[in-house]
Amino acid sequence: MPLVGHQPPPIFRRGPAPLARLFVFVALCLALLVADLRFRYLEVLRNALSVVTYPLQMAASTPADVVRNATRYFGTLVDVQLENADLRRLQLDAGERLLRFEQLEQENLHLRELLQMSERVQTKSIAADILYNAPDPFARKVILDRGTQQGVEAGLAVVDANGVIGQVTRVHPVQSEVTLLTDRNQSIPVSVVRNGVRGVLYGVGRGMLEMRHVLAEVDIQPGDRLVTSGLDGIFVPGLPVATVTRVDRDQDAFARIECEPLAAIERSVQVLVIGRAAYPPPPPPPEPAGGR
Amino acid sequence: MHPTNRSSRILQPVKLWFVYLSLFVALGLEYIPTGRTPGLPDWVALVLAFWCVREPLAIGMGAGFAFGLLMDVGLGAAMGQHALAYVVLAYLANALARRVLWFPAWQQALHVLPLLLLAQAIMVLVRLLAGAEFPGWAYFLSSLGSALLWTPLSFLLLLPQYQPDERDDNRPI
Repeated sequence: MPLVGHQPPPIFRRGPAPLARLFVFVALCLALLVADLRFRYLEVLRNALSVVTYPLQMAASTPADVVRNATRYFGTLVDVQLENADLRRLQLDAGERLLRFEQLEQENLHLRELLQMSERVQTKSIAADILYNAPDPFARKVILDRGTQQGVEAGLAVVDANGVIGQVTRVHPVQSEVTLLTDRNQSIPVSVVRNGVRGVLYGVGRGMLEMRHVLAEVDIQPGDRLVTSGLDGIFVPGLPVATVTRVDRDQDAFARIECEPLAAIERSVQVLVIGRAAYPPPPPPPEPAGGR
Repeated sequence: MHPTNRSSRILQPVKLWFVYLSLFVALGLEYIPTGRTPGLPDWVALVLAFWCVREPLAIGMGAGFAFGLLMDVGLGAAMGQHALAYVVLAYLANALARRVLWFPAWQQALHVLPLLLLAQAIMVLVRLLAGAEFPGWAYFLSSLGSALLWTPLSFLLLLPQYQPDERDDNRPI
């Protein structure tokens, strides 16, 4: 043991040698990492330990709250007036669209009745503010100011005024953590508005998205709009997600489709958490093999 | 005068509750939401390295592991990421303890800087292997910030041990 100097004389027993302890701890950490990153087994341990960390976190976020409220309070009058004028204009615009929307919704309901189709998915929504970026520098996540107490659940979609920005991945009592679409580990099932082609959209880092699992001969062009397909049973179908910017068919059997998010993913402040009011029924059990 | 092994100043013995209190305060500082500002020090790593150098018999890999796990939970990182980095950091800091304390404070900071960088490199390696995005080189500025704080922090953390043995001998009146 050249690093720690001499062996201690037997009267000063210090337990196992430091190097042995190091190996035990490193092995334990690696086991934890594999269990968490590969198998997601450790949510229970995480919840248990958050009993210790939660009060500290609440105390630590207080100064940030104070600063944020102060900047809001001391914002200049001019800013507020400009914002007000902007909002009035937007509201007029939205009001007119809303009038037409109500009429269209009635019409849609009527037509669906005539065609005897099932009703569209019922949704619930919760308005929330983005508090800050999550401190983990390796992931693109943000923290919302709504949690289980306000009805947020893991898996719900989070949208801003223009489209989907991400998905709730972890919920605390009064806060929740949203993984943005641009995170490398986030994916969302989408379909093309123009022709209903389905695929899965993945984050690739650097703020860009990529649609995968689409064959090269499928009809997709730059400029196509992508919306959530809702096939996963978690997202509400029809939420706008992204536009296609480049399609590369030279590589192999699958097209390489680069997309740009519609929402201001890294910049939005006010968001809406949207989810299904009721989950779809489970898929029917497979027929027994000897049935036919 | 910063007390090193060279100086003749004798400090009060350390109180274990103060060591853990300082680690929990560092944990609280870490939880302050600061977004992605580069160069902010890793308080827990710094305080842990300080006590591992100063009191290698009292603080070591066990504390590193425990506070690493608390960091992982609080920051929403992968379970074991900070724990692994801090265990290695504590081991090396313990091993360096006898050598480092012979140097003046700013040279101690130079000794600790590579350890802090190694801890960060371990975390980057672990997350990159798990498929995360590289956070950019500015991520490593955090260790430089920590090393700059070594001297003021060691003064602050040793304050309770600077107290005289008998208060009455030192009163002005």
